[in-house]
Amino acid sequence: MSYCKQEGKDRIIFVTKEDHEAPSNAELIEDDPNDPYEDHGLILPNGDINWNCPCLGGMASGPCGQQFKDAFSCFHYSKEEVKGSDCVENFRSMQECMQKYPELYPQEDDNDSAPSGGADNAPSDSVPTSSPESTPATTENPAAS
Amino acid sequence: MFKCKTVWNKLAPLARASSTLCLQNARKSALRHGRRLEMVQKAQMSSGPAGGGGENTLYYVLIGATCLGAGVYAYRTVSEDKDRYNERMTEIVSRPKQGPQAAEAVAEVVAESKEEPVAEEPTLTEADVESTESEPIAEAPVTKPIVEEPVTEPTVQASIPEPTVESPIREPVVEASVIEPVAEAPAVTQNEEPLAPVVESETEPTAVIIAEHVPEASSVSESAAVPKAAPAAEPVEPTAAPSDVPEHAPYLLIGGGTASFAAARSIRARDPGARVLIVTEESDLPYMRPPLSKELWFSDDPKAIETLHFKQWNGKERSIYFQPPSFYVSPADLAKVENGGVAVLTGRKVVHMDVRGNKVKLSDGAEISYEKCLIATGGVPRNLQVIERAGEEVMKRTTLFRKIEDFRSLEKISGEVKSIIIIGGGFLGSELACALGRRSTDVGLEVIQMFPEKGNMGKVLPEYLSNWTTEKVRKEGVSVITDAVVKNVTYKNDKLEIKLKDGRLFKTDHIVAAVGLEPSVDLAKSAGLEVDSDFGGYRVNAELQACSNIWVAGDAACFYDIKLGRRRVEHHDHAVVSGRLAGENMTGASKPYWHQSMFWSDLGPDVGYEAIGIVDSSLPTVGVFAKATAKDTPKAATEQSGTGIRSESETEAVAGALKAKTTATPPPIQQKEDYGKGVIFYLRDQVVVGIVLWNVFNRMPIARKIIKDGEQHADLNEVAKLFNIHED
Repeated sequence: MSYCKQEGKDRIIFVTKEDHEAPSNAELIEDDPNDPYEDHGLILPNGDINWNCPCLGGMASGPCGQQFKDAFSCFHYSKEEVKGSDCVENFRSMQECMQKYPELYPQEDDNDSAPSGGADNAPSDSVPTSSPESTPATTENPAAS
Repeated sequence: MFKCKTVWNKLAPLARASSTLCLQNARKSALRHGRRLEMVQKAQMSSGPAGGGGENTLYYVLIGATCLGAGVYAYRTVSEDKDRYNERMTEIVSRPKQGPQAAEAVAEVVAESKEEPVAEEPTLTEADVESTESEPIAEAPVTKPIVEEPVTEPTVQASIPEPTVESPIREPVVEASVIEPVAEAPAVTQNEEPLAPVVESETEPTAVIIAEHVPEASSVSESAAVPKAAPAAEPVEPTAAPSDVPEHAPYLLIGGGTASFAAARSIRARDPGARVLIVTEESDLPYMRPPLSKELWFSDDPKAIETLHFKQWNGKERSIYFQPPSFYVSPADLAKVENGGVAVLTGRKVVHMDVRGNKVKLSDGAEISYEKCLIATGGVPRNLQVIERAGEEVMKRTTLFRKIEDFRSLEKISGEVKSIIIIGGGFLGSELACALGRRSTDVGLEVIQMFPEKGNMGKVLPEYLSNWTTEKVRKEGVSVITDAVVKNVTYKNDKLEIKLKDGRLFKTDHIVAAVGLEPSVDLAKSAGLEVDSDFGGYRVNAELQACSNIWVAGDAACFYDIKLGRRRVEHHDHAVVSGRLAGENMTGASKPYWHQSMFWSDLGPDVGYEAIGIVDSSLPTVGVFAKATAKDTPKAATEQSGTGIRSESETEAVAGALKAKTTATPPPIQQKEDYGKGVIFYLRDQVVVGIVLWNVFNRMPIARKIIKDGEQHADLNEVAKLFNIHED
């Protein structure tokens, strides 16, 4: 049983679960996928990688940022059957760089495995300890396990 | 010094003689005049003193001759000395070159130069002598005003002697003062020899010659201060010599807070190899503020105060610093490091901005030129006038809370005093009150919060919610005094006495003033930037740009929001969003402020909300509420998302913890209140401009969408359905 009360300029409505069961008839405007102003996720509409995605944390901007970008770009555009198999060199130099900064890129056991399954898992290998970013709706792993 | 004495000795008898003569003459003429005046006053008026006739003329001739003679004598003495000096120098040069001897010779020369009749210089030159043999750093305070430029610029040396040249007599002194910066400069090689010829050349009184030999001077400068290490160019050391300040930074970020760091990251992501320099007044590397008034107070770890690590509800630990020191490059290396990087120059304030010349000046005089500049200076906490006027004793016992040191100091004080009063009922005041209230039972601390509004968050939440919130804060152990306007504050009997306008009196040991933030716009004048009169802060356009190469982000930016109009926002997420946007625009993106930032607050474990847009309690609101269950608490929200920084909950997947420590399971929450969870819409001209999600979490994207649409909705209950408030 929903009811409503008014306190001055403020209106208060109490609703039960049943009241909200019927789907909403509020109209929302269609999102334009090509809106130039909108923030994008990891992959831009034209297929490029969005290095500024909060999901990457500080990976593309840190001391090993260049190596990371090279390795990840190679992986992204790789047309091999096993995606990224032609990028071993890039990943190795990225590894070497990261080993120089153990504080930033904590070395984990699963470090050696190349990012599998695409962008989302990339940051899970070794990531800076903290990175506050806000939020297009993509995943971010600020702390390594 | 000896020279001075001998000269004086020679001159003294002369001086004495002439002075006695003068005196005698004066007395005589005075007596005569006196008599004359008595006798013939009126007639002599116009030609009074000169009307004495013959005796006076003689008197003046005598004085004149004496002075002339003294002058001639002095000049002769001095030029003789100078010739002798020059001879000496040539002699030194012609000697076989041996390192230590040359240095000694220099020392001797410098010592001789002290004999000039300028008594104050000796202390300075003595210091110089020592500097060639001992730490340049110790000398730094003495010679600071003279050394203005980083020594890497040879041409700079020429300008240094100028301020110290005050009279023609001072050539040796000039040379000595040039030795100072020479001595101070970072040492590279062990070669002391070349010092001698340089010194010799510099004794020429003409500035031209000094300029010619300056390049030598600079190379010598590299070697002179050898034995003592160059001032360590560490990014975190605020007292390092100017040599660690780079002269040019392609991207210069003024201010080292959240907005600045977000911009640095954005720039580095978009411009490969970018070299970014952050200049901050603080001595800390960039850090985030929310935990200073929230998580850090609830930490079980006694070392948390030192390490500034905080453990979140689910055991995940993180530091308030955005990145550890190893992330950053040192400012001195910034220009050389291969792939660029971010350098932080701590402990420096930018005091002047030259927009036409594209450069800034620091408090220590160093200048940095830039190509793109971001101003992210944030602000300073406001204070109450009554406290400022109350005197030293009251000010000593007042905390204006903003930085890490304020947190550490307040944390320490909270363990020492018996009573704390917080003035201010907004976000910071309420959060601190709750944090201190939590401690109050443990340590026997009385916590009082007072503010002019009717309830906590009175300017943000509609009245019914504000009242409800106030009750919650009281339950946290805080004594909340509403409708309280402070009239005056005095220090009496080792207690602070706060008197309110309505007559109530409160006694306490310490005050925390959380009454707002004053945006720092010190550079507006020198940079010629506009300051907004309504909201304060630098006025910028929708792309956060103030003028061609200057952007402003964070608390200090009054920007144009295409959807919501001109505003200035003082929240963490806004700093991140605007910093990112500014960084993007500095690398050519030309995007306006579009992604709405959000904010959040937790008042204890039971009350938490997220909000977005313009959330002003003076706007008409429509609130849609459901009954809450035990699952609807901030604690549950953080456990689900794994983060206490709720702006990140949208992008966070639980990846693990640094060191997972076991946490006690929270006790079950009983929610009997009416306003358990819901959505509140803030309307302006029938359009939703702000939304508060009350104990409803992880729904921010929907809220953001509604504000972005900017539509007039006939029935907001229908809109509320989109949030599924009854679900988790």
